[in-house]
Amino acid sequence: MDNKNNEIAVKVSNVKKMYRLGQIGGGTLQADLQSWWARLRHKEDPNTKIDDNSRLYGQTFMALNGIDLTIYKGEAVGIIGRNGAGKSTLLKLLSRVTAPTDGEIDIYGRIASMLEVGTGFNREMTGRENVYMNGAILGMTRSEISAKMDKIIEFSEIGEFIDTPVKRYSSGMYVKLAFSVAAHLDAEIMIMDEVLAVGDVVFQKKCLDKMREAANRDGRTVLYVSHNMNTIRSLCERCIVLDKGKIVFDGEVDKAIETYLGGREEFSPFCDLTKIERPKTVALKNRDVDFLSIQVLNRTENRVEQGEPFRFLIRMFVHKKPENAMLRFIIYYRDGTVAGASFSDKTFVCIPDNELEITAELPTKNLAPGVYRVDMVAFSSDAFGNRRLLDRVDSAFSFDVVKKEDDTLLWNHAKWGNAQFDDTVITMAQVPSASESAEDVQTL
Amino acid sequence: MAEKNRCEKYHTHISSKQKRFDLNIKEIWRYRDLVFLFTKRRFQLTYKQTILGPAWIFINPFLTSIVFTFLFGKVAGMSTDGVPQFLFYLSSNAIWSFFSASLTNNATTFTSNSGLFGKVYFPRLTVPISNVLSSAINFFVQMLMVMLVLVYYLIKGKVSPNWTAWLLIPFVLLVLGAMGLGLGIIISSLTTKYRDLSILVGFGVTLWMYATPIVYPISQLGDGIIKTILYINPVTAPVELFRYAVLGKGMVSLPLLAVSLAFTTIVLLIGILVFNRVEKTFMDTV
Repeated sequence: MDNKNNEIAVKVSNVKKMYRLGQIGGGTLQADLQSWWARLRHKEDPNTKIDDNSRLYGQTFMALNGIDLTIYKGEAVGIIGRNGAGKSTLLKLLSRVTAPTDGEIDIYGRIASMLEVGTGFNREMTGRENVYMNGAILGMTRSEISAKMDKIIEFSEIGEFIDTPVKRYSSGMYVKLAFSVAAHLDAEIMIMDEVLAVGDVVFQKKCLDKMREAANRDGRTVLYVSHNMNTIRSLCERCIVLDKGKIVFDGEVDKAIETYLGGREEFSPFCDLTKIERPKTVALKNRDVDFLSIQVLNRTENRVEQGEPFRFLIRMFVHKKPENAMLRFIIYYRDGTVAGASFSDKTFVCIPDNELEITAELPTKNLAPGVYRVDMVAFSSDAFGNRRLLDRVDSAFSFDVVKKEDDTLLWNHAKWGNAQFDDTVITMAQVPSASESAEDVQTL
Repeated sequence: MAEKNRCEKYHTHISSKQKRFDLNIKEIWRYRDLVFLFTKRRFQLTYKQTILGPAWIFINPFLTSIVFTFLFGKVAGMSTDGVPQFLFYLSSNAIWSFFSASLTNNATTFTSNSGLFGKVYFPRLTVPISNVLSSAINFFVQMLMVMLVLVYYLIKGKVSPNWTAWLLIPFVLLVLGAMGLGLGIIISSLTTKYRDLSILVGFGVTLWMYATPIVYPISQLGDGIIKTILYINPVTAPVELFRYAVLGKGMVSLPLLAVSLAFTTIVLLIGILVFNRVEKTFMDTV
């Protein structure tokens, strides 16, 4: 990877963070005194747990379990992972809200953390007063803030409301002002945790642009945590995937997102659907129909060439005969965006208390090359068009659409979407003569 | 190269192995604007949406002094060493509330600021320092009132302050402020884990007031155990020095002042030590 220069901004070595589980009550006083007394006499602490390097032991939990990380100056690094993977804990350690249990961290530069926008805002004080307060909390001096005040107000789009107590602000205004303060800090390292979850789309884009500018033009280091893969993709050039307190991937953004989302893909041609948990809705408590399994017919793996139908056999058990039963397949691209949906072309006939087998052919002509997963839904509709859910299996199966061999085009899902429409037919209105085309070449 | 120096300048090293005593005065100085803003905010917020506003700074001690005058002066008939009762209680109240506010406001540093502390880093000591500053401002405002009453009694010829001793009032404030800060942050550090202490503080401070010559002069209490307690009490000596300056009546004892100063130093050092330990991880336990 190109690190622009090899100046280190953040270096994390073997950092662990342990949390105690359960309530911390007065009962710990005795244990604390015991431990303290033992330490004083250089004896073994009677309350130490044996560290077997696993994530959970005794009454404690390792939120971070040995993180090694080096971030260079000017890098925009995304951090992704499921809830509880340790993302926020890592950022908390870096922004010095809490200290690591083990390991060392070196930070070269000042840190502006936007862990939660609006921290330190007081509802009774005016926007301007709060800007001073927030700026000071983030380490700016009064004169620095005064010098940037106009820029901050302009960026926040607050305008004449700046001298109104923030309790009269709308939540959007509140966030905008808070982000503006943090974004105008002279910090070398910016830490952001889901700050863009609020605010309107236009402002979100403005913030992303501002951060990108900070990283690219000003050479600042940006650490960004988000569940929104699109913002990660558009802002970061490097991405870290955390899982269960460890770094499982560190590198290119697309590969990182793949790793993060890839954990869920089921690629076997046979899927037992009885064990997959159904969405928790009332309609699915007592199901009339039960999906049993799915078996790919035309392939040994779930891989089809674009245009070739994906054929599979669905087995289900019918408890009660539904009216006008149909199937719906909702197709998602691997990053979780909906690619589209497909319905069965006709209703299927069922006999109560019987097993039913249906062969299905999902057309893949309009799916751009890539990995997709499918939610499978059975529903019935009555004469009035009211639909009733029969069964639904989320992520019932996945399949890979590969491009035809002669096609060298790489499909860019982030920019072009997931549907490839039929080729646009072009016809030359005027066929250029041989001499004209020769001229064209010359002028070019 | 300049860029590199800039980064070197802001190098932060975080390690699981904590330094025992880590008082970064330079950093606090860098955040001095924050200290002032915290102090300012304390005043702004206390008197926002009140009709009388900052007038409350006067009304509170005024009423307290009237109650003291009535209760201890008239009902209990306590002597004030010949000093006009109202002036005596007003000045005593000013110096005691400076100390007690420094202590009680700091005793909840961690628990009442956990929302802010949990989100962003800044030198945590800025909060206790600003608390002491705002108690000091309150004290100065009360002193204005004391001066007014003092002038009245001066004209009537009922008091004779030791004006040269007034130069020692900053020293008194420094000792009492530092003591309150030290004790306050020790308590606040312990309350992050054991909440019992926060309940004890209010009660303890009231008790402490009666163990200090605040509502009575030290000369009132004869000998024996009570006098010993008063002498051991590290607040006694500074309070008496203050009274000696303002009212012209009081006990100035250098050994007792030295003990008080030593106590303050020790409490402050222990306070910073404990505070340093707790501030790093208190978010996990609070």
